[in-house]
Parts: sequence; C-alpha cells; structure tokens
Amino acid sequence: MVAAHSAGVDRNTDRVAVVAASMTQFGERDGWIRDLLAEAGQACLADANATADEIDHLYVSNMASGEFEGQTGVPNALAHDLGAVPAYTARIDQTSSSGGAGIYAAWQSVASGASDCTLLVGGEKMTHRSTAEATDVIASLTHPAEYKHGVTLPSFAGLTARAYLDSYDAPRESLGKVAVKNHKNGVDNPNAQFREAVELETVLESPVVADPLRLYDFCPITDGSAALLFVPESLAASYADEYAVVAGVAGATDTHVVHERPDPTTMGAVRDSGNAAFEMADREPADVDVAELHDMFTILELLQFEDLGFAQKGEGWRAAADGRTARDGDIPINTSGGLKSKGHPLGASGVAQAVEVYEQVLGEAGPRQVDADLGLACNVGGFGNCVTTTLLEVAE
Amino acid sequence: MTDDSPEFAAAEYADGTVGYPPHPVNDDGAERVGTVDLSEHTAQVVTWTESTATPPGVREPNTLAIVAFEIDGDTVRAIGQTTDDVEIGQTVTPVYAAELRDPEAGVREPASQEWDGFRFRPVE
Repeated sequence: MVAAHSAGVDRNTDRVAVVAASMTQFGERDGWIRDLLAEAGQACLADANATADEIDHLYVSNMASGEFEGQTGVPNALAHDLGAVPAYTARIDQTSSSGGAGIYAAWQSVASGASDCTLLVGGEKMTHRSTAEATDVIASLTHPAEYKHGVTLPSFAGLTARAYLDSYDAPRESLGKVAVKNHKNGVDNPNAQFREAVELETVLESPVVADPLRLYDFCPITDGSAALLFVPESLAASYADEYAVVAGVAGATDTHVVHERPDPTTMGAVRDSGNAAFEMADREPADVDVAELHDMFTILELLQFEDLGFAQKGEGWRAAADGRTARDGDIPINTSGGLKSKGHPLGASGVAQAVEVYEQVLGEAGPRQVDADLGLACNVGGFGNCVTTTLLEVAE
Repeated sequence: MTDDSPEFAAAEYADGTVGYPPHPVNDDGAERVGTVDLSEHTAQVVTWTESTATPPGVREPNTLAIVAFEIDGDTVRAIGQTTDDVEIGQTVTPVYAAELRDPEAGVREPASQEWDGFRFRPVE
C-alpha cells in the first residue's frame, strides 16, 4: 500500500489535490448502500487509473444506513468490496453535511501526512422508505423539545421562509424562481434525479408541504453515491493530467436547538465556515466563479447566498429573481441542478456538490459548463446545525 | 396553575439569563442555577408554519410556531404546536397537552424522552 509514489511528497509545500471524481445516477435505485458506495468508489479509482491497494485512508460519508437499511459498518464493507483492505477506514456522520465533513476529514488526512491517497465515498439509500418514514429518520437529529412536537426539517424551512419573507418584504415568487432555475440546470445533468424544467406557475400552485412552502420548494428523497480521490499535490501528476486543489476548507456548528438562534434568517455556521474557508484560501466571495449551495429547501439557497457574503442580508432573494445566479449570471449557483433537481442522498450530497465544482473548474461540465477557475461548495447538516464550506481551484 | 400542575421549564443560568430548553450551561458557559416556569407567561408569535407532510404519530396538519417570551427583560424563545391558527406578532398562552405525538410510532425510543408539553393558544 502506501504508495510507491510517496517518495516525492514534500510536506512543507504540498497542497491537497483532488485528482478524480465520480457520482452514480441519483434517484430511485435498485442497489443497496453497499452497491451504491462500491459503484462510485470503483468509478472514482478508474477516473484516476488508480488501484484500491494504493488507498491509505478510506472514508465513507453516510448519515443513517443503520436506520434506513439495517446495515452498519459500511466503511469496512466498502474496503472489502473495493479490495482496499487493510486501508484505515472511518464513517463520517454529520447528518446532511456528512459529505462536507468527509471532505474536511480527507483533506486533513492528506495535509497531515497521515495518508498519501485518501478515497472519500458518500452515499445513502433512502427510497425504499415512505416519505413519512424518511422524514422521521431525518427529524431524529432534532432536540427532544422539538421532536415531541413533530418538528421536521421541512417545518423548519416553512418557519424560516415565513420569517424571511416577512422580515425583508421579499415576494413569494423569489423562492419559486430558485426552484425554476435549479430544475432548468438539472436538465443538463445526466445523473440528476429530475431532468425536467418546471414553470414558476407550477411551483407556486404545487401542494402545500410546510406553509408558505410547497412541494417544489423541497428536494426529493434519493438513492445515490459520489466519490473524490485526494493526494498530495506533488503526487497529483501521476494520477491526472489536470486536477484541482483544496484552496480552503472549514467547518462550523450552530445551536442544536434551532429556535435558540438570535435571528431565524441567519445561518451562523454558514457564515463562520465560509469566513474560515475564505481566510484559508486568502480569497473572498467576489473571487468565486461558481458555487453549489445546499438547497434542500429553496429558502436555504437564499440564506447561504447571503451568509457566505454573496449578497447583503435580506437581499439574496433579488439575485435569483434578477438572474444573477443563473448559469449565464455573474455568480452561477447550483449548475448541477442542486439538491432540488439532482436529488439529496444525505451522505452523498456534500461529496456530489464538490464533484460538480471539480468538473466546473476543470472544464469538464459539458453543457453545464461556466467560466470557472475557483468554485465553492457549501454543505449544510440539520437546519444549519453543522456546515462545511470547501473552495476548489484548478491547479495551474 | 396549582402546585402539581405541569411545569414549562426553562433554565435560569448563573449570569441571570433564561433559556429554553434547559442545557447544563448557556451559550456563554454560565451554569444552570434554577428553573423559570414559562406556563405562567404569555408570548408573541415570531413565525409559524402549517406542516401537511407529517411523520408517523404526528397530527396532520401540524401547525407549529416559534414564540418569544419576555422574562425580566430577557427574550426566551420556544417552539411548539399551536391549538389554532396564529399570525406573526399574535399573543399566545401555553396550554398543557399530555401527549403531543404518539411515542410508539416514530423512530425515537419512547423511553428516551418526555412526550407531554405545551401548545400555544392565541389570546383573544
């Protein structure tokens, strides 16, 4: 294992490179969690012409395979299925931000010198459960004082959306335009769960789920997996002709109890993780060419857009309404289709966000391609409870 | 309320702040030193939603509100079901309910937490 490559590693100057990326088809899949993880993991290794015996560390981002499927111990299972034994393995669970937390862990493993080749695979199998059951598994992250009232993540979104629209005099249509934009982007993503454009009228007339939000304000329940391969930059050329580097990565938490935050329309962990990631990269929001934001609900895209510094507080809704965040806008958001259209297999989503950013900065995004050298992925767990922000930059 | 009435327990911390639900310490690290019963106070609705896609064991629809109590100059927020339709800014009063959802129907271990609590009823 530890690579024949490692002789050339320079611990003093090396940045952490991402040399391969993959994602499975998202949607309703026949395979179970082990199948999905292996599919993405094998594809990622193939993308780098790497073999499993080169893997020093193997991380699996996953929220709830035990609760959904009765399958625990998935990192060990994946290591065996990929032929990566005896690589060090760990499961990264940070609810919906497990993928972003996995990126942080993978970056740490290489940056620290503990690993010269880290494979990160995120995945979740959900669609065999009913919407009510899946909603309850996800809601189990809430505090007992919330859970006993039947509080769910969609209900947090409804509560927050009403506060936002009321506080900033934003029109209800501005949320609907986020859904329209992201569904339009998803048409060009062959791995997206939904590849159909929707009209604003359809969004605004869809069934109410958590007033004032309606069905098209919410992401679907999804099966899927995604993967990234991390190595020291000094080894990157042996895996790929072109690669990206982790320019910045940082995580933060907010209160467990959502109503205890000073302002329901501010996501403190998004602000804190974003600031730290920008500081690490010595960059600022104006430098970002493309971003994947965690649009589990349409309102979340607006809040992250503001709290990452792309707009003033209370002004984020104008960006989607004015087309600034469209693919041909000055700051394209969720070119992949976002969680909204691409789907949201919990543990996979943060990894898949970075897969899209990786493809964008390398010029490999096909019909979704925008002009991008620096991209950002913001992965949110709970209702802003845990957040990881990652900045990927094409290596020159 | 009588002496044996259920308590809507918020925590009083050593620095004089009050918070709900109680934690061992508050955000500034001050230790919990006592309890304030929110059931004796009214609150204002900060925001609300009516959820129509509810998990197993939860009433449908389920109207929820975040409310703010003013306790000795401190704002203490809480979340809970409402008894009726509410509006932002409306005054509500806590009303005890012995069981807010069916403890046996969801994924959480029934014995791991309490299932009674307070809904919010609009004040005329």
